Amino acid sequence: MTLLAIDNLTKVFGGVRAVDGVSFSLEAGELLAMIGPNGAGKSTCFNMVNGQLAPDSGRIVLAGVDIGGLPPHDIWRRGVGRTFQVAATFSSMKAIENVQMALISRQSRIGRLWKPAARYAREEAQALLRRVGMAEQAERPCGVLAYGDVKRVELAIALAGAPKLLLMDEPTAGMAPGERNALMALTREIAHDSGVGVLFTEHSMDVVFGYADRIIVLARGRLIAQGDPRGVRNDPRVREVYFDARHRVIGASE
Amino acid sequence: MSFSGLTVQLLNGLADASALFLLAAGLSLIFGVTRIVNFAHGSLYMLGAYVAWSLTERLSSVAGFWISMLLAALAVGALGATIELVLLRRMYRAPDLSQLLATFALTLIARDAALYLWGPEDLLGPRAPGLSGSVVILGRLFPQYNLLLIAIGPVVLIALRTLLAQTRWGVLVRAATQDREMVGALGVNQSILFTTVFALGAFLAGLGGALQLPREPASAGIDIAAIGDAFVVVVVGGMGSMPGAFIAALLICEIKALCIALGDWTTPFGLTIAFPHFTLVAEFAVMAVVLVLRPWGLLGRQQETARASAASTAPFTPAGSLTKWGAAIALAAVALLPFLVGGDSYILVLSIDICVGILFAASLHFIMGPGGMHSFGHAAYFGLGAYASALALRRADIPMELALALSPLGGALGALAFGWFCVRLSGVYLSMLTLAFGQIVWSIVYQWDAITGGSNGLIGIWPSARLASKSAYFHLTLALSVAGALLLRRILFSPFGYALRATRDSPLRSGAIGIDVRRIQWAAFIIAGTVCGLAGGLFAFSKGSISPETISVGRSVDGLVMVLLGGVETLSGPIVGAASYIVLQDVISRHMQYWRAALGMFMLLLVMAFPGGIVGALRHRFTRT
Amino acid sequence: MKAKLFRLAVAAGLVAVACAAQAQTPIRIGEINSYKTQAAFLDPYRRGMELAVDEVNAAGGVAGRKIEIVTRDDSANPGDAVRMAEELVSAEKVDMIAGGFLSNVGLALADFAKQRKVVYLASEPLTDKIVWQDGNRYTFRLRPSTYMQSAMLAPDAIKLNKRRWAFVYPNYEYGQSAVATFKALLKAGQPDVEFVGDQATPLGRIDAGAVAQALGDARPDAIFNALFAADLSKFVREGSTRGLFNNASVVSLLTGEPEYLDPLRDEAPVGWLVTGYPWYAIDTPQHKAFLAAYQKKYSDYPRVGSVVGYSTIKAISAAVEKAGGADTEKLVAAFTGLEFGSPFGKVMFRPQDHQSTMGAYVGRTVVKDGKGIMVDFSYKDGAGFQPSDAEVKALRPAD
Repeated sequence: MTLLAIDNLTKVFGGVRAVDGVSFSLEAGELLAMIGPNGAGKSTCFNMVNGQLAPDSGRIVLAGVDIGGLPPHDIWRRGVGRTFQVAATFSSMKAIENVQMALISRQSRIGRLWKPAARYAREEAQALLRRVGMAEQAERPCGVLAYGDVKRVELAIALAGAPKLLLMDEPTAGMAPGERNALMALTREIAHDSGVGVLFTEHSMDVVFGYADRIIVLARGRLIAQGDPRGVRNDPRVREVYFDARHRVIGASE
Repeated sequence: MSFSGLTVQLLNGLADASALFLLAAGLSLIFGVTRIVNFAHGSLYMLGAYVAWSLTERLSSVAGFWISMLLAALAVGALGATIELVLLRRMYRAPDLSQLLATFALTLIARDAALYLWGPEDLLGPRAPGLSGSVVILGRLFPQYNLLLIAIGPVVLIALRTLLAQTRWGVLVRAATQDREMVGALGVNQSILFTTVFALGAFLAGLGGALQLPREPASAGIDIAAIGDAFVVVVVGGMGSMPGAFIAALLICEIKALCIALGDWTTPFGLTIAFPHFTLVAEFAVMAVVLVLRPWGLLGRQQETARASAASTAPFTPAGSLTKWGAAIALAAVALLPFLVGGDSYILVLSIDICVGILFAASLHFIMGPGGMHSFGHAAYFGLGAYASALALRRADIPMELALALSPLGGALGALAFGWFCVRLSGVYLSMLTLAFGQIVWSIVYQWDAITGGSNGLIGIWPSARLASKSAYFHLTLALSVAGALLLRRILFSPFGYALRATRDSPLRSGAIGIDVRRIQWAAFIIAGTVCGLAGGLFAFSKGSISPETISVGRSVDGLVMVLLGGVETLSGPIVGAASYIVLQDVISRHMQYWRAALGMFMLLLVMAFPGGIVGALRHRFTRT
Repeated sequence: MKAKLFRLAVAAGLVAVACAAQAQTPIRIGEINSYKTQAAFLDPYRRGMELAVDEVNAAGGVAGRKIEIVTRDDSANPGDAVRMAEELVSAEKVDMIAGGFLSNVGLALADFAKQRKVVYLASEPLTDKIVWQDGNRYTFRLRPSTYMQSAMLAPDAIKLNKRRWAFVYPNYEYGQSAVATFKALLKAGQPDVEFVGDQATPLGRIDAGAVAQALGDARPDAIFNALFAADLSKFVREGSTRGLFNNASVVSLLTGEPEYLDPLRDEAPVGWLVTGYPWYAIDTPQHKAFLAAYQKKYSDYPRVGSVVGYSTIKAISAAVEKAGGADTEKLVAAFTGLEFGSPFGKVMFRPQDHQSTMGAYVGRTVVKDGKGIMVDFSYKDGAGFQPSDAEVKALRPAD
């Protein structure tokens, strides 16, 4: 079943076509990697899918509904979870409170004014933290956690919304290699077990080729290739973009 | 009005705009680089005028006059550098806005210093030699000095642009304006950059003050007007944008000139509009409109989000049972106060003021601390609450208890209307929009004689007979203040309160977990406005009268000072801050002639010793040991 | 027997001491003013008060008791003023309160006086309301009101026989009611008068160039001005540079007061019809005595503030003397219709509205020896510049 269908998506910033007529689709339970050099339009694409930016033209259809141009909180409610390139958590709250907030929001109880928030959905939050391996640090404020740990908390937050689609912008950046593989293995497990579609960008080619079911390649705002990892690896256009003198060699740098 | 008259009025506006630009340019520069909301900029301007006056008295030759102007500006520039080196340098790492508290303390000291050094009388300076007369323009006499001013604005603008565009220093200033942390990363000596920027900004303020001397006497009141105008211009133009500031100054001054030129105008329906009355609030009305339409000012760019501020904030911890019992016992002791000090004691009067102050500060803290929205116009809700009660009692003859119950409604309605606009902005722009709304409310109340009693206000707002005694009213105020403060505290621990903090910590993450950031912030405004309105109502009945002063900037600033003094990042900060500020002011003002300077000094000491506020410092000490 | 005698003696001694203490308890006057924000007026005011206190006490006090003032700064804020009043009454145990510069502070204190049943002598606030619409039995006012001062200028203004009048005034109650009163009296005395322009300027922040030009463009024959302090200086300088005063006569409130005229130095306006205080040329014996005493004590000349401060204490002393003490009800009775001597001569507190009949000097401005002074002036006794008793009665609520 097609979970997300992007059709002819375009965003222009001051005359520069950051995303230029991009179309692709994502199945439920699939891990789709979006790769491309810096400035290829990956983050812009993500920001349109999650509502941070409104597309100039094109459609973003999630489970049959066009969500293009809706605000982020609305898109989240339709089942899109997200992690950010620079992890975004609530630094003045404990790890568990971060997850509780997402759960409270899912229960539409954000507007409650009386019962202390700490008493809402504690077990479920603890379970999510356990799933990402952060149960021991549940009571520590996010502001003092190591960056890799913050990223794992962020994943727990994103999962707390019970998303149909998970957008992960460089999920493993700043992590040690061992941590990386553990996180991606977990992500794959989540996708395959619960049928969550995962769209992720990643600079580490090991991660991309090791975990993605399928890969799409962006360069200067356009989609230049897509297919399974083997096909993409051998695609001459991709090789050209990646080994072109004007671009740095991303896979090799990591 | 004739065409020639209008043309000359526009020339008047041009001269005023130049003067205003000089004042604002320095502030914009300082804010852009250091992110300091420099309240003392108006004081530097005032000192520029005073120093220039003293110098022109001694150097009365033609050259002496112009040398005096320059020397005055240099002196103020040097003072600015000193302030940066001695005071502000120690505070860049301190939490948000504690520099604001420090510069506010400086304004108090500067004012009393001016009074001490130059005496209370207005000091009218000499006319500019060689430019003392007038020229004929379109059949009207036009002051020669204004022609000079018209030229100076653009000259300074071009000089600043050149400095910023073509020197290494300028490149660093621009880099710092766009991204403060980048400069640190570039390995630039940040402290030299900050000191020089502060000195240049102060120099421009001093020059602005000195050059006003031929048009305006030096007096101890010009600082307040100057700082308000300067902020408006900087924000309307867009923070850090010199051409923006120039255009903003032009816009504001021309609109004022136009209002004055139009005079009273009778519509075809017989209604007379007195345009000159709009000059009272023209700049704030312009600011409100500009910010609603362009959230970053005319030529401003979106600010980077403050990265450092939230990181230092610790999670809230619910009070342990020991704290709860301690607070309950303390409260019971306070409730027994009338029996200890006597029912007619002044201590009760002061305690009522403290209770009102606590409620006011707690409501401001609610949106300022956990909400991260620094309201500079919080007095609006206080005043609306006070006036709602007063009008209900005096104009509608509603019983006092019911009238008091209407005060939260007054505050809430104000916050409902203004909050909707304010939450669309962030950072200093949001602060300035709150200030603009505060000033607009103030000006309406100040002008609307028939309803609000105008500048005189309303009198005869006393509690009903059963609440008339001091101890009864004290108990009422205590009960409502404690209830209000506890309610706000309860809300901060509720899902809503967490969501509010979430919007402050990371709007990005908030949106991505389904929190409608603006809606939460708007609701927070309304809650704060409601509680603040109650504080206003309690205030009105404790004084028996109210005047537009309840809505003034001064009261908003008092609120800020209370919150910052106590510590913006702690829940009990506003309580401690309000109580200590009110007691401090009361005691000092009763026992000292130069009490404002003394209060300023004291605040400086506090802010240096406890950068995170009193409660913040105490907590820090206890958690460390 | 001896012991009994001794005890008796001790008891008698105690009684005597107690009586003496009673006789020596000073009359305490709580005085509240905006000393910091209105220093130009209130520094001389404080000096005037202190001079009067010295004089009264040197003469043995009043009703056998010394007088004592306790001053407080209200930071130009009615709320603070009321708090200070509470403090003075309950902690300092003052017998009555006085002071107030700003009208809103004055009104707040007046209402406080009414609520707490304390006598309040409003020395300075000018608003008409404090004795009329918002008047009460505990409040008395010393200075000539906005109405009175405007009325003092009206007869001479009518004599100018100018048709086209323009108005400039600070945009708050004082300016508004001064202009309203003046317009009404002018229209009554000269029905063909025409009002060609109104400029209400923000207090302390006049845009003088634009205002001067707008007034000039209205081509008035005469201008009525109620600006004062820095606004006045700016307006005068811009107006004269732009030739505004060449073709128009100016009638101006308060401009002859040294507080506002002296800062202008040699640029003081010439030929304006003003109210004020020509301290250098008043040759009544009362004023000469006051002037000599003031100059001796301070080596400075008095301002209007000095006269008001001095007269405040003199009025209170006279009232206490008449009441034979400081009992509130007796003080109210004493103040009502009280006559006392001020540097301006005999002054009486009108029974019908508690306004004193203290007047002001009306004259013309000239520049002499590099500073502005008033000439051709005469003293206008406040008694003569009041609306009819019926009008006052209609305005003032019954006690």
